[in-house]
Amino acid sequence: MSDAAEGPDRAEHEVPGRHDDMVQLLDQHGVRREHPEHEVDLEPEELLGLLRDMVVLRRLDTEGEALQRQGQLGLWVGTRGQEGAQVGSAQATRRQDHVFPTYRDHGAALARGIDPVHVLSLFRGVDHGGWDPVEHGVHPYTLVIAAQLLPAVGYGMGVQRDGAVGTGDPARDTAVVAYLGDGATSQGEASEALNWAAVFQAPVVFFCQNNQWAISEPVARQSTVPLHRRAEGAGMPGVLVDGNDVLAVLAVTRAALERARSGGGPTFIEAYTYRMGAHTTADDPTRYRLSAETEAWREKDPIDRFRTYLRSEGILDDDYEAALDAEADEFAARLRAGVIALVDPEPVSMFDHAYAEPHPQVLAERDEFLAAWEQHDREAHGELVGGAS
Amino acid sequence: METMPIGKAINAGLRAAMDRDPRVLLMGEDIGPLGGVFRVTDGLQKDFGEHRVIDTPLAEAGIVGSAIGMALRGYRPVCEIQFNGFVFPAFNQITTQLAKLRARSHGKLSVPVVLRIPSGGGIGSVEHHSESPEVLFAHTAGLRVVMPSSAHDAYWMIQQSIASADPVVFLEPERRYWEKGDVDVDLGPGEVTPLHRARVLRAGTDATLVCYGPTVKLALDAATAAAEDGTSLEVVDLRSISPLDVDTVAESVRRTGRLVVVTEAPVFHGPGAEVAARIQEACFYSLEAPVKRVGGYHLPYPAARIEEHYLPSVDRVLDAVEQSLAA
Ligand SMILES: Cc1ncc(C[n+]2csc(CCOP(=O)(O)OP(=O)(O)O)c2C)c(N)n1
Repeated sequence: MSDAAEGPDRAEHEVPGRHDDMVQLLDQHGVRREHPEHEVDLEPEELLGLLRDMVVLRRLDTEGEALQRQGQLGLWVGTRGQEGAQVGSAQATRRQDHVFPTYRDHGAALARGIDPVHVLSLFRGVDHGGWDPVEHGVHPYTLVIAAQLLPAVGYGMGVQRDGAVGTGDPARDTAVVAYLGDGATSQGEASEALNWAAVFQAPVVFFCQNNQWAISEPVARQSTVPLHRRAEGAGMPGVLVDGNDVLAVLAVTRAALERARSGGGPTFIEAYTYRMGAHTTADDPTRYRLSAETEAWREKDPIDRFRTYLRSEGILDDDYEAALDAEADEFAARLRAGVIALVDPEPVSMFDHAYAEPHPQVLAERDEFLAAWEQHDREAHGELVGGAS
Repeated sequence: METMPIGKAINAGLRAAMDRDPRVLLMGEDIGPLGGVFRVTDGLQKDFGEHRVIDTPLAEAGIVGSAIGMALRGYRPVCEIQFNGFVFPAFNQITTQLAKLRARSHGKLSVPVVLRIPSGGGIGSVEHHSESPEVLFAHTAGLRVVMPSSAHDAYWMIQQSIASADPVVFLEPERRYWEKGDVDVDLGPGEVTPLHRARVLRAGTDATLVCYGPTVKLALDAATAAAEDGTSLEVVDLRSISPLDVDTVAESVRRTGRLVVVTEAPVFHGPGAEVAARIQEACFYSLEAPVKRVGGYHLPYPAARIEEHYLPSVDRVLDAVEQSLAA
């Protein structure tokens, strides 16, 4: 009897509907499943790489939360429980692809080679971005729900116009991944984005992490049909995948990206997962959900399940685990030191990049600011007044 | 008289309005069991039920648009927008529908919707949590825009806004939610300051400081600091951004001869520009110096670690006063 056939245990707030079409390659006990359409064939090192990415992402989350508690970050947006969805989807991208994340997709950021310290600079409050979006092919985080989706479609339309789809050249064919949450599907712009992508056959994969909650609101408050079925109305395939199964997520996202790159148009993926922690460190989930629910999801942990599988295959052993733990410790130490070393920007730097070309009013305001800075802030900050410079 | 923080005062005001009028209902994201991210609606769903305190899907256009429809059907919806930077998905509904229906229907249609929006900065948040969008609403004809600065005003102004036949944008100074003040909950009709009347909070003779919402405390602090140096500042809390109570400000400026407007909103094309223009019209011969404005810069609201340099400070207010006095 397979878990896939049963679908996930459903709490009362979950959207009713059929979940037996959920793609799963590893059941919740870590037993490998076959799927008629989706398969992955990975080398042991690749499999270990997925584990490594998930473990490191979890460590990022633990460390982020600790740094926030210690006052080093203003806010932390957790990823615990969503490692399978984030790592699996991001590892399916290629160098030339472009990713439009939300504010929670740290796993995607890491997979695209972004220095985690740069991810945390936003949450420390020293920056609104943190990394070079062009270099990494990762758009800055978007805090306004669903606002990244239409730009992602437009980017895909640009890719089409550049003739970078359907050439058959794996180094050239390009796709776009747009991440969104379950709550985000309620925004009008999400519907517009799906429609545009379908109408223009843009090479976009919408990757929706249904983590069951939008702050305090259950997914049943966002939709009365399973989210992936929205895709059909827009005119694109909608796929439901077990978001806590990194292999299935990788397989499904790879297929969708391949379809997009080859000119086959957009796909909507619903990764069925769970946010184990609070929405952010400013949130109190005890006000709106039962710990029994969270406990039930603990059984489906994406990392534990994958670890069990790798063990059963003899791919993972104690030595590797020990090395991985050491690597995660080292990662955490480097992250912590890097974050604490982040210095506040020079206040006057806020005037730097609002415009590309000179704006007289902004320049005048900058002069005013500097004059006042000379007079007061330097004194207040213990620096020399009218210093010799 | 009761003492409570501004956030609690709004909660109490909402409760009073809901008790009084069964047509009043609340709509917004996370306003039910969570009580809103600032807990302003705490306990209201428990007491009034899910039909009157509605946790909506995550869609601001949906919140405002459906509130308009419910208002057309005789209800009085009070919408919570979670943060100032998230009102923009609803902008179309606000500017083309909410603000215009009365005029377009020759007064036949009434849309008494209240939009509650935590506004301004200073809470150390990430982007889109600290903006001051008031001028965008004030520039839209058909909307009333108000912002309390004290618990007492918060308690009464939210009730007056709900009672208004017009749509009201009710801005809440988010960095002052926790500031406590005395609320006189037992005032009778006629004893409450009208919604759109400015108020002189501190009398002075040398210059007038005009402010509203989060900058009121700042202006009062500046006046206290100035008094130590022998400068007497009058502080006027506008309370309403649209309409503007120009008369109260003009009376003050005729006495003091000088005006400094203090807002968190950017100065450039900002609310201070309207006050300055109206006052130079009304008080041209009483003004001893050009009107000064202190406020945000024409920049995206900066990262939290340097927001104190963007927000007006007591020092910047006093600088402007000094320049005014020297002119
Ligand atoms: C337009 C807009 N409205 C409201 C918010 C406030 N807000 C931030 S996150 C969030 C919930 C988002 O839920 P979901 O899309 O499911 O993503 P998740 O955070 O669960 O990953 C809300 C309401 C926002 N950021 N943007």
